[in-house]
Amino acid sequence: MTETIDQIFVILKHWLVGHVPTAVEPIVSELLSVVPIILLFPLLFALITVMERKGLGRIQNRYGPNRVGPCGILQPIADGIKTLTKENIVPHSADKVVHLLAPLLLVMATFLGYAVLPVGRNMVAANMDAGVLFFFAVGSMTELSVFMAGWSSRNKYSLLGAMRAIAQMISYEVPLILSSVTVIMAAGTLSTVSIVEQQSGYTGIFPHWFVFTPWGFAGFVLFMIAATAESNRSPFDLPEGESELIAGYYTEYSGFKFALFFLAEYLGMMSISGMAITLFLGGWAAPLSFLTWIPSYLWFFGKLFFFIAGFIWIRGTLPRLRMDQLMNFAWKFMLPMALINLVTAGVWRFMPTGILRWLVCSAMVVAPYVLLGRGFMLGKRLEKRTYRFAD
Amino acid sequence: MLGEGIVRGLAETARNFLGSFVSKERLTTVQFPEERLPQAEAARDFPFLVYDGEDWQAGMRCVACQICEKECPPKCIFIEKSKDKKPDALGRAQFYPARFDIDVSVCMSCQICVEVCPFEAIKMDTAFELSTDDRFGGLLWDRQKLALSDAHYHAIHPTDAAHTDELLAAEKAKAEARTKAAVAKASPAPMPQPPAPAAANEP
Repeated sequence: MTETIDQIFVILKHWLVGHVPTAVEPIVSELLSVVPIILLFPLLFALITVMERKGLGRIQNRYGPNRVGPCGILQPIADGIKTLTKENIVPHSADKVVHLLAPLLLVMATFLGYAVLPVGRNMVAANMDAGVLFFFAVGSMTELSVFMAGWSSRNKYSLLGAMRAIAQMISYEVPLILSSVTVIMAAGTLSTVSIVEQQSGYTGIFPHWFVFTPWGFAGFVLFMIAATAESNRSPFDLPEGESELIAGYYTEYSGFKFALFFLAEYLGMMSISGMAITLFLGGWAAPLSFLTWIPSYLWFFGKLFFFIAGFIWIRGTLPRLRMDQLMNFAWKFMLPMALINLVTAGVWRFMPTGILRWLVCSAMVVAPYVLLGRGFMLGKRLEKRTYRFAD
Repeated sequence: MLGEGIVRGLAETARNFLGSFVSKERLTTVQFPEERLPQAEAARDFPFLVYDGEDWQAGMRCVACQICEKECPPKCIFIEKSKDKKPDALGRAQFYPARFDIDVSVCMSCQICVEVCPFEAIKMDTAFELSTDDRFGGLLWDRQKLALSDAHYHAIHPTDAAHTDELLAAEKAKAEARTKAAVAKASPAPMPQPPAPAAANEP
């Protein structure tokens, strides 16, 4: 019974595919994998926007949206109607084709990443051998569309925002990929499905997730910091820093195209969270061995919500970084830590199992963290800022 | 150590997040249409015309002197003086506004009309939920819409209204004294002062 509930969507798909002529079977099979993704994640996006606004409100001791529907739960519908009915303004001197293509490409690129995310046992749209590589490759397409948006708008703020976005995304892509390479090294495969399968065992009641190793934990933290920067979320949301750049690369976008950018940002956030879950948190695997009766897809989406809540919490807490702080952090802290972590993962692989391995690898992660942190803070006086006129 | 401040910040926001569910005092937002804060007594937005008694047409204090129309900086008042006269609150025959329109979309709530009115006939209202789907007609208020009772004025601005009543009572007493003097003047005794300046003083 548990098995049936776990595999219900897979069984359903096979049953539906069995009813069509053999010639169109592959196409129908693919469609049945793709359409749920395209329907489900935008719905989640709608849910997350209202969750985020309510969560941020609570962090600031407000209610958040509470007028549309019970407790404001229908707010995204109102927002959707609003953006759909808004006028679509294209600047007179903009490159109109590129201006139109940029949000479409961005949404398409972020959707492509979902192809390799296993959202449940046997539930992956494309089980590729080079799944992780594919994910990061299509993830890099977002940079292109961001620059298309910035360039085609013919607006200095758009262009500056796009340049910042490119600089930030390229800088943080390095630690992002380096920190995920540790998992690839440990798993010995690039396929997301086998990475999850390798983490699905249990010792006692505890799972074999990569996050429960020194290098895995460090890699996870590095991955999440880089993922925050990749998805342009606060505190790394400089590309759209409204105080200096109005809205960055989407200054000149209005109506539904703006909504598409917004959608792509949240889809990117969800897909990269999904990748973090796949790489470090055991994908769809249950966190404790006696909880395996709960369907695998519920575990995946539960973890996803946990990550989204984390993103919202971070957004409600940290102020935006300055450009030089952002770059310093990427190249002087994230990159060395990621490289050291890579070595740690190798040491872990070749040391015999035991307490010594734990001690050595933990030291290899913690010592550079402390030292790099010290060096980072060197010459920086952290004190309460006083303002000449405010006192 | 690096990251210490971030952890402390996260703890702070978590405390606020959870606290907002526990204690109502944290949530300072007033849920407007259901909950309302009391308005300050000096609150004002658009002018209205005060009338005494029950009938707004009979009791209207305005005598269509058009001072407010001339003084209004954005020129949002339009007055048409009546051809005939009718008795005012003091029983004297006065003109009355045949038409008194205020375009509230133009009005800037400066209260100059109130300051210049010699008859205490125009005052500032406090009603603020005035949205309408008719952009032009709905915001051009005629004299019937503008007429509000003296009781309403007492209700929204008690202190000011009491002061206004004092002024009007003094005015009335003065007028009565003058009537008496006029009656006395009918007898041969010489008048203490010429009537013209008094008339000028009298609004």
